[in-house]
Amino acid sequence: MDFISILSIFVLACFVGYFVVWSVTPALHTPLMAVTNAISSVIIVGALIAAAAGSVTAGGSTAKWLGLLAVVLASVNIFGGFAVTARMLAMYKKKERP
Amino acid sequence: MHHAAAPPAWVMLAYLVAGVCFILALRGLSSPASSRRGNRLGIAGMTLAVVTTLIHYAPRAGQHDATVFGAAGNFDFTTMAQIAGAIVLGAVIGLATARRIAMTAMPQLVAAFHSLVGLAAVLVAAAAFLNPEAFGISDNGVISPVSRVEMGLGAAIGAITFSGSVIAFLKLNGNMSGKPIMLPMRHVINFGTLAAIVGLTAWFTQDQSPWIFWTLTALAFLIGFLLIIPIGGADMPVVVSMLNSYSGWAAAAMGFTLQNSAMIITGALVGSSGAILSYIMCRAMNRSFISVIAGGFGGDSAAAGGGEAIDRPWKRGSAEDAAFLMKQAEQVIIVPGYGMAVAQAQHALREMGDLLKAEGVTVKYAIHPVAGRMPGHMNVLLAEANVPYDEVFELEDINSEFARTDVAFVIGANDVTNPAAKTDKASPIYGMPILDVEKAKTVLFIKRSMGGVGYAGVDNELFYRDNTMMLLADAKKMVEEIVKNMG
Repeated sequence: MDFISILSIFVLACFVGYFVVWSVTPALHTPLMAVTNAISSVIIVGALIAAAAGSVTAGGSTAKWLGLLAVVLASVNIFGGFAVTARMLAMYKKKERP
Repeated sequence: MHHAAAPPAWVMLAYLVAGVCFILALRGLSSPASSRRGNRLGIAGMTLAVVTTLIHYAPRAGQHDATVFGAAGNFDFTTMAQIAGAIVLGAVIGLATARRIAMTAMPQLVAAFHSLVGLAAVLVAAAAFLNPEAFGISDNGVISPVSRVEMGLGAAIGAITFSGSVIAFLKLNGNMSGKPIMLPMRHVINFGTLAAIVGLTAWFTQDQSPWIFWTLTALAFLIGFLLIIPIGGADMPVVVSMLNSYSGWAAAAMGFTLQNSAMIITGALVGSSGAILSYIMCRAMNRSFISVIAGGFGGDSAAAGGGEAIDRPWKRGSAEDAAFLMKQAEQVIIVPGYGMAVAQAQHALREMGDLLKAEGVTVKYAIHPVAGRMPGHMNVLLAEANVPYDEVFELEDINSEFARTDVAFVIGANDVTNPAAKTDKASPIYGMPILDVEKAKTVLFIKRSMGGVGYAGVDNELFYRDNTMMLLADAKKMVEEIVKNMG
């Protein structure tokens, strides 16, 4: 992909983000922060590439260990973030109608 | 080394689908009913992104270009086991934390999680710098200038997110005073550091020397620290939202480096989400984003109204009075604030609400956008205490109802109820939208003592009104007393 295509995805995604986030009900703003935190850990993709490629390339063994450490950090976030979001969302209940 | 080819179409497509899953995950949060499905879609998207990466970039011994799938080279079991180990380790820590954390500690947990994303971004940027071939961004060891900018930005934003979040965590967790810490010349120092980071990033495009990369990363760690220490505890909702936004932009910058649509879409979503939340929080305080970030609010003006406050007459009530008044009421609106979270009074409060409802009283909850230490903080605590979410209202939806309400029950909130915000032009909170509790027939105001003031450091005129009754006690103990008196 050339730079302009990537930039196009980014700009359009910003607009999508703008409209989607305004539609989030204020009552769920804390779960919103927890889940955005979890999905921003998609940075694990970069960490996995570094960890997987590192073993053979020059200068790569440091990069590999940095990658592995980043995998640990991002995994804490992914599992912790989605789990705590699920825990919060499970608490939101409607009034019981008789 | 040649410039690596783009990943095959199925890989690109999988990342795109993951990105769409993340959009739908946020979309689900438009109502509590659809939110749980949204969260599951988020998990599905993340699984897809991770599995795709592991298949396509599977470690292969003896293969020098990891971006080419299926080329010669045996599968590297050792590395794969290390990766699996890293994921399992993270999963165990993450799940244990998520399961154990108290809901009142959610703001510091979110700050801690932000710091991890920030640090992960720095590590990935550093790994990409040290091993650019693996990421397909170099030609004979020379990293393309565009990639260098993206890498520098990713490292810098990640580092700011990390150190800023660590300070926010320490303040929210009480390891560090919530009071603003003001360094002399801090604006000069901050601008100088920021200018140096921008300058070094520009230089980095011309010169690939490692010291430039590491210096700009180190300066970014420093500026994150400097930016957050002068910001007071009560401005933390803005700070936490802002760091949320940064963690997104860091992911987006690395997405540009890796040409990965899932990362770019996610980064843009998270970046806008945090920015919008910061905006909502600033609007709810009638303050500009710049004035919040400049810091120092609530630090020095505290002494101003103190002396005269003690001389003015005010009425003190007991739990018995409060129980009696509320049982006679037709409608009671409960206004919770950070003090409720500190006292962990939400369960007792829900019990009180149940007793009132059994007496035929209509009970509603009114939430100010900046109540608590992060956006939506009060809503989560009330949900934890089993308060149905359709009894909980936002400021603009309920404010007109106070005039028709018998009792406004303020628990742990202060500045967000101060009528001075509407009348006193000299007040630091003038112009801030507030909950019109003073319009209710009676205001019951729980407060530990008459001495303290809210975080804005201003006295609350509400305390001295004829229709206000002060209930001086710990919030939880007082509510429990009221519950006893209702039985």
